[in-house]
Amino acid sequence: MKKQTKTILNVGLIAALLLLLFILEQIIPSSSMLFMVLKKGAIYALVAVSMNLLNGFTGLFSLGQAGFMLLGAYTYAILTIPVESRDSVYQYFDGGIIQFSIPVPLALIAGGIVAAVFAFLIGLPVLRLKSDYLAIATLGFAEIIRAVFQWDKLGPLTNGSNLLRNFPTFQSVLYPFIVAGICIGLIVLLINSTYGRAFKAIRDDEIAAEAMGINLAHHKQLAFVISSFFAGISGGLLAMYQTTIQASMFKSAMTYEILLIVVIGGIGSVTGSCIGSFLFIACSEWWLRFLDNSNLYIGDFHLSFMRPGFRKVVFSLMIMAIVLFYRKGLMGDREFSVEGVRRFFQKRFKKKQAVEGGSSHE
Amino acid sequence: MSKENVLKVENVTMQFGGVIAVDNLNLEVNKGEIISLIGPNGAGKTTAFNVITGVYAPTNGAVYYKGKKIIENHPQGKMKKLYRGENPVMYTGHKALAPTPDKITALGIARTFQNIRLFKSQTVFENILIAKHLRRTSNVFTATFRLNAKEEARMREEAEELLKIVDLTDVRDELATSLPYGKQRHLEIARALATQPELLLLDEPAAGMNPQETLELTEFIGRIRDEFGLTIFMIEHHMDLVMEISDRIYVLDFGKSIAEGNSEEIRSNPRVIEAYLGGAQDE
Repeated sequence: MKKQTKTILNVGLIAALLLLLFILEQIIPSSSMLFMVLKKGAIYALVAVSMNLLNGFTGLFSLGQAGFMLLGAYTYAILTIPVESRDSVYQYFDGGIIQFSIPVPLALIAGGIVAAVFAFLIGLPVLRLKSDYLAIATLGFAEIIRAVFQWDKLGPLTNGSNLLRNFPTFQSVLYPFIVAGICIGLIVLLINSTYGRAFKAIRDDEIAAEAMGINLAHHKQLAFVISSFFAGISGGLLAMYQTTIQASMFKSAMTYEILLIVVIGGIGSVTGSCIGSFLFIACSEWWLRFLDNSNLYIGDFHLSFMRPGFRKVVFSLMIMAIVLFYRKGLMGDREFSVEGVRRFFQKRFKKKQAVEGGSSHE
Repeated sequence: MSKENVLKVENVTMQFGGVIAVDNLNLEVNKGEIISLIGPNGAGKTTAFNVITGVYAPTNGAVYYKGKKIIENHPQGKMKKLYRGENPVMYTGHKALAPTPDKITALGIARTFQNIRLFKSQTVFENILIAKHLRRTSNVFTATFRLNAKEEARMREEAEELLKIVDLTDVRDELATSLPYGKQRHLEIARALATQPELLLLDEPAAGMNPQETLELTEFIGRIRDEFGLTIFMIEHHMDLVMEISDRIYVLDFGKSIAEGNSEEIRSNPRVIEAYLGGAQDE
C-alpha cells in the first residue's frame, strides 16, 4: 500500500508539472528565455541520464555521447526533411539520395537505433578497455564520426559540411518533456530491474560480479548500446530544438558539458542528473546573462569589471564551489523524492525543537 | 555414500613468465566431501582456485567437473619455449578450453574471495539478490517492462530465505561493508550460495577471525553442506578448523602437491611437518 501511495504521488507530481507547463505556455510568449531553457534542459536531462547509466551505474567511463547524439540528430533530420524542400536543402548535391520522409516519432526512434547499432559495433573492440583508456577511445570515436559526417563524398546523404534545415521542430514545450520523460522513465525501470542490479555490481567490483555469474562482456555491451540509444533520441530532440544542425556543432566540448551535468548532479543519481541539467542550462544561458552587461550600476557605482564574457568567469567559479563543497555532486547517489524532502525538513524541525526544549529545561 | 566425482584437476601447471605457481597439480573432490587445501604462504593455493574458477587459463592441464572436461590448455605461443613444467606435449592437439568465470559459475561452481569482495554500495539484501541474476529467464526487455514479476518475486523470496539461513535478516538493509568482518564473511558465502552451486570453493573463510568466530564458522560450513547438498573445497590456514571438518586434506608446497590424506595422516606425514608444521616446531 505504501508503494502504491508513492506511485500515485509521483504520477500526480508529473501531471502537475505538465499542467503547469501547459498553463505557462498559454500566458507567456513562446519566445521567452524560460522556454528555451526548459526545452534544452529537458533534452540535456535525457542525455545526462543516459550518460549516467553508463558512467554512474555501470562504471564505464565513456566520452562518446556527442558522437551518438550526432548520429541521432542526423538520422532524424535526414529522414524528416519534407520531400519538397529537399532540393533547396541539398542544393549542392542535387537534392540528396533520400527522397522520402517519415513521421517525427518514428524518425526519433530511428535515430536511437542508428546510434545503438554504431555503439554495438564500436563496443565490440572498445569495451575491453578500462577507465581512462575507454574514455579516450570513445572520445576518439566521436571525433571520427564528426569528421566523417562532414566529408564531401557523403554529401548526398549528410549534405557535407552544410546545414541541414527545414525539418519539423517543436510545436510545444511539452513535446521534449514528454519524450524525455518517457525515455528517462524507461531508464529508471531498467536500473531498478535485475539488469540494473547487475550493472551496479559490475561498477562495484568486476571480479566479484563475474564470479557471481554476470557475463561482463555481454552486460557492458548492453549498457553501452542502451545508453547510446537514448543519446541518439536526445540528439534527434536537440535537432528539433536547434531547428538547423551541422556536424561541427557536436564537438567534444558538448560531451564535457554533459559530463559536467552528470558530475554536478551526482554520479549514480537519475534525479541528480535532471536537476543538474536544468540548473546548468539556466545558469549558462539565462540567469547569469546580466553579468555580461557592461553598463551595470549599483546606485552611482559603476561595476566596471562587468563586460561581455564575465558570466563565464562567475559560472566557472560556481562550478568549482559546487565541486568543492558537494564532493559527490548535489544529490550524491541518492534520489530526489517527496518522502526524502519531508524527512529532511522533519529532521531540521526536530533538531530545532530539541534545542529549544533543552534550553527551556535549564 | 557412493564416490561420485565432482571436481578433478589433472596435471594442471600454471606458469607466469618464468615462475611456476602451480606445478603439475592433481586432485579429486567427490560429492558431499569437505576437502581442504593447505600449504605455506605463496604455495599456489589461490592460484589453483583461480584456475578452477576460470580467472586464469592454466598453462597446461585439464579440469573436469562432474566428469565433463571444462578447462583445458597446453603451452602455446611464447609459453611453448618458456614452459618448464611437466607433460609438455600431453595435451597438445586438443583444442584449448578457457571459459570465463561467469560460465564456470553457471555450471555450478561458486566461490568466495580471500580478501572479501562484496558489492560496496549495495545493501546486504541486494548483494544476495544480485547473485540471483545468474539463474534468470528474463531478458532485458521483459525485465525493464516488468513482465518477469513472478520471477522477480521468487528471486526476492529466495534471497530472504538465504538471509535467514546466514542469520543476517536484522541487518538486511544496511550497507554490506558496514557489517563486522565475520558477518561479511557469512554474507559472502550466502551470496555464493545464491547462485545455486553444487561445489563451493571457499578461499580462507576464517581469515582474520577470532577462535569463537572460527568455531561458529566450522559449524556453519558443516550445516550448509548438509542443507544444500554441497561439496566444499576450501583453502584455510586455521588448523583446528581444517582438522575438524575436512574429510581429506591436500598439502601444497611451492606449487607441488606434497601430501594427501585425512587429518590423521596429514598430521603425521613427515614431509608436511618439514614443509609446513615443522617451522612451528623449530621455534
